[in-house]
Amino acid sequence: MNGVHDMGGMHGFGPIGPEHDEPVFHHRWEGRVFALRLAASMLGQWNIDIGRHAVERMDPAGYLASTYYERWLASLETLLIEAGLATRDEIDSGVPAGPPPAGLRVPAPSDVDRITAKGRNFRVDVDLAARFQVGDTVVTRNDHPLGHTRLPRYARARHGVIDRVHGVFIFADASGSKRGDQPQHLYSVRFAARELFGPQAPAADTVLIDLWNAHLEPA
Amino acid sequence: MSDHDHDHDHDGHDHADGSRFSDVELRVKALETLLTRKGLVDPATIDRLVETYETRIGPRNGARVVARAWADPAYKVRLLQDATAAIAELGYTGLQGEHMVAVENTPQIHNLVVCTLCSCYPWPVLGLPPVWYKSYAYRSKAVIDPRGVLAEFGLTLGPDVEVRVWDSTAEIRYLVLPERPAGSAGLDEDALAELVSRDSMIGVTRARNPGARS
Repeated sequence: MNGVHDMGGMHGFGPIGPEHDEPVFHHRWEGRVFALRLAASMLGQWNIDIGRHAVERMDPAGYLASTYYERWLASLETLLIEAGLATRDEIDSGVPAGPPPAGLRVPAPSDVDRITAKGRNFRVDVDLAARFQVGDTVVTRNDHPLGHTRLPRYARARHGVIDRVHGVFIFADASGSKRGDQPQHLYSVRFAARELFGPQAPAADTVLIDLWNAHLEPA
Repeated sequence: MSDHDHDHDHDGHDHADGSRFSDVELRVKALETLLTRKGLVDPATIDRLVETYETRIGPRNGARVVARAWADPAYKVRLLQDATAAIAELGYTGLQGEHMVAVENTPQIHNLVVCTLCSCYPWPVLGLPPVWYKSYAYRSKAVIDPRGVLAEFGLTLGPDVEVRVWDSTAEIRYLVLPERPAGSAGLDEDALAELVSRDSMIGVTRARNPGARS
């Protein structure tokens, strides 16, 4: 979707303003919401791409006015409601209205080290021929899907060169829009900065974007 | 981090800024209570996750990787060929670092990492991202004006240097291998790791020179 989250190349957000000796969490609630969202995701009712898309679907003014962990909170509420794990009324009141769903495996404290150290695997072990090889010239599709996509607006209908072939991965656009995994090759595609941002960009500079087969056509 | 313990000292300031902070704090408390009472989360698991990312997983991990690569040429080759496996040799694996790529800064190429669409970041080696990395200013500017970003961090590069920006749009996570600073010959890995800042592994700064203030 062409949302406000797709910020690459926008102007006007001011200085970056790094903070010296920054804490991991600035407030206790930030750590709680970070861990709540992570723990809730471990219930297996949504994947990481659906989680990202829940952030993208926030009201645009609300997105821009929120801090990072406020967006985690808003998207967690959305995900819980859409997964049927909680209702809006329950979230607003804090009071459970019904019994917990059956059959969920709730992670225990003793699971944390294993889960965080193991991670997830986004690579898919299927034997697919890569459509492109390193050095091939490609052009990105000029698609504007309503659902989740990882092809940023600033890089649509642009020419680039295959820089790396990462192998076969879950296709985030499909997985985040609840259309299955659609495993396919993932590539790093190298774009000249001038191809993306015009002649004022420095001649030497490049931008590399990880894109899937479905984002690309031969050029 | 120890700031956790000082949260209450800061709360008064935050409340003085307006009611939004206390509102979000209450919403988070209510949500944790609800999910606990519904049996969907164990609060001790929440405690453990917070502790893990506050105290155990952070940029010192990545600094160990960089120091090893500077000290051991064979390790550097492995890191650049298969970063996931090379980083796992040092024990750093897992969430948001499942598929790692290391990119090497040289006098000709300067790498910089961003996630314009959200804030993807290599947790096992760098911990959770700082606020500036997640800011709209950085996410928007890094791709269209990376040299302007570097200037904000005090780094100016010549026009002959290729600035290479990596937009983390998939599940590949990027670690910048900064150039080894001049004057660091003879330092052991512990001392080398002290020169490796978080920001140098994102690519917005260089590694510190020996003797420079950290």
